[in-house]
Amino acid sequence: MRHKLLQQRFGLMWLGYLVAIFAWYASVKWLPISSFQRLPDPLTVVIEWFNPDPDYGLSVFTVDYYLHIWYSTARATTSFLLAVMLGVPLGIMMGWRARVHEYASALLSILRPIPPLAWVPVAILIFPGSEPAVIFVTFLVAFFATTMNTLLGVRSIDSDYFRAAECLGAKPADILRDIIIPGALPSIFTGLQIAMGAAWFSLVAGEMIAAQYGLGFMILESYNLVQYPTIVIMMVTLGIVGYLSSAIIRVVGNRLMRWREQSLGLAGA
Amino acid sequence: MNAVDNSAGTALRGHIKICQLARGFTDKDGNGISVIEDCSVEFEPGLLNVVMGKSGCGKSTLAYLVAGYLNPDRGSIEIDGREVTGPGSDRIMVFQETALWPWMTVTDNVIFGPLVRNALPKSEAKEKAEALLERFGLIDFKDKYPGQLSGGMKRRAEIAQALINSPDIMILDEPFRGLDVMTRELLQEYYLQLFEDTQLTTLFITSELEEALFLADRLYVMSEAPDNIDQVIEVDLPRPRSFEVTTTERYLELKQIAMNHLYAGAEELM
Repeated sequence: MRHKLLQQRFGLMWLGYLVAIFAWYASVKWLPISSFQRLPDPLTVVIEWFNPDPDYGLSVFTVDYYLHIWYSTARATTSFLLAVMLGVPLGIMMGWRARVHEYASALLSILRPIPPLAWVPVAILIFPGSEPAVIFVTFLVAFFATTMNTLLGVRSIDSDYFRAAECLGAKPADILRDIIIPGALPSIFTGLQIAMGAAWFSLVAGEMIAAQYGLGFMILESYNLVQYPTIVIMMVTLGIVGYLSSAIIRVVGNRLMRWREQSLGLAGA
Repeated sequence: MNAVDNSAGTALRGHIKICQLARGFTDKDGNGISVIEDCSVEFEPGLLNVVMGKSGCGKSTLAYLVAGYLNPDRGSIEIDGREVTGPGSDRIMVFQETALWPWMTVTDNVIFGPLVRNALPKSEAKEKAEALLERFGLIDFKDKYPGQLSGGMKRRAEIAQALINSPDIMILDEPFRGLDVMTRELLQEYYLQLFEDTQLTTLFITSELEEALFLADRLYVMSEAPDNIDQVIEVDLPRPRSFEVTTTERYLELKQIAMNHLYAGAEELM
């Protein structure tokens, strides 16, 4: 039963891919709109991608391809880690201590709606070189997502959980370690998933404007150099890398929150 | 008053003296609502004191005040001669809604109190917790998470979590509310047995007359807010008790007395 269901889901998944690839092929080859015909068709992209001697210089067999992935991943990871290191503690303090919330929330609600790209010129002006500027812009969105979700998580903890801990003699450090952090963890991890997605989003934008390497940079560069298959290769690569990064966060989260899985697992049985 | 006489030599702890207590709240529109007014009562140590009243009469407020989560507007609460100024592990409260932390296993929940107070080393706390869980029939569930337990098991785990701290007073605020009748009766028997073994001073809040009479040494009837405890009924049913006690003549007499007190106020209102 379960096996059959899995098979069915697997089948549907591939059907989805097939339909998308077919629609792509059809629109490039058969659509009577000339601008669509500039796009490479799926087959050209795959041939270029797995070509030991690629026409435009980038394929899975070239070092440069991995260099671009490495640069982007390193930037995204750095920004993400910075966002976690600063955003989680800030969110926790805002949720826990009313005073911190008073200080920070007004400022955050003004800064948060500013789109990351609006920060690019300022970032380039204040940071030496483009590398810290790109990381800063990427960090900002991830930071806001992490902070807000952590705050939400702390606020959603049942006040009885605090009372019970106080009653049993818990000190602030115990409450932080045993109540607030585990209690907010589900929300924190939701925030981290969003943060990772947002980080890739603004990273690519940042790379297009101010970088010499990276997937985002290469997408714009390939456009300028009329190397259209490379654009698509880089886009698909971004999709894969982005998916992997949020999958890693999900796995780590599930490991840390085994109590949730087990409780829910039993409820379903 | 068997309970007091039996233990005169062992100096029971947990004498609660409430003096002219008043506490109100402010509602959404900014009006002050008085919940408890001019309430003076004493709960003697070593007794199972049951406070009973209809919902909304301020029973929980009283429990929160004794536990130290709320401060009185006027008046005072003293426990063994010391004024209550905040929560403390000498009085443990078992909540209406379960307050086991879902991210800790049953054992970790139980040993939380002794560990945070550095009262016991971890191995000793674990041993003690396992003894308690054994007693409450939860030993097979010691490594499970609260989400994997039934409602009745959660309440038992909570009582174990409270007892490991050897409190002077147990405060139970409608602890068995929302459980099915069978589970409820089972837990009443559990608690009764526990009390009869330990004589742990108890403040038990309930809105159910049958539960109150079955458990209580003394029954304090609380009337509509804003008010106080206006009747004390000595429940002189013999201990140890079992459910058979509920069929005795004395039980029915006491039930009638309590009903008269409860409905005396209601008739005036109508």
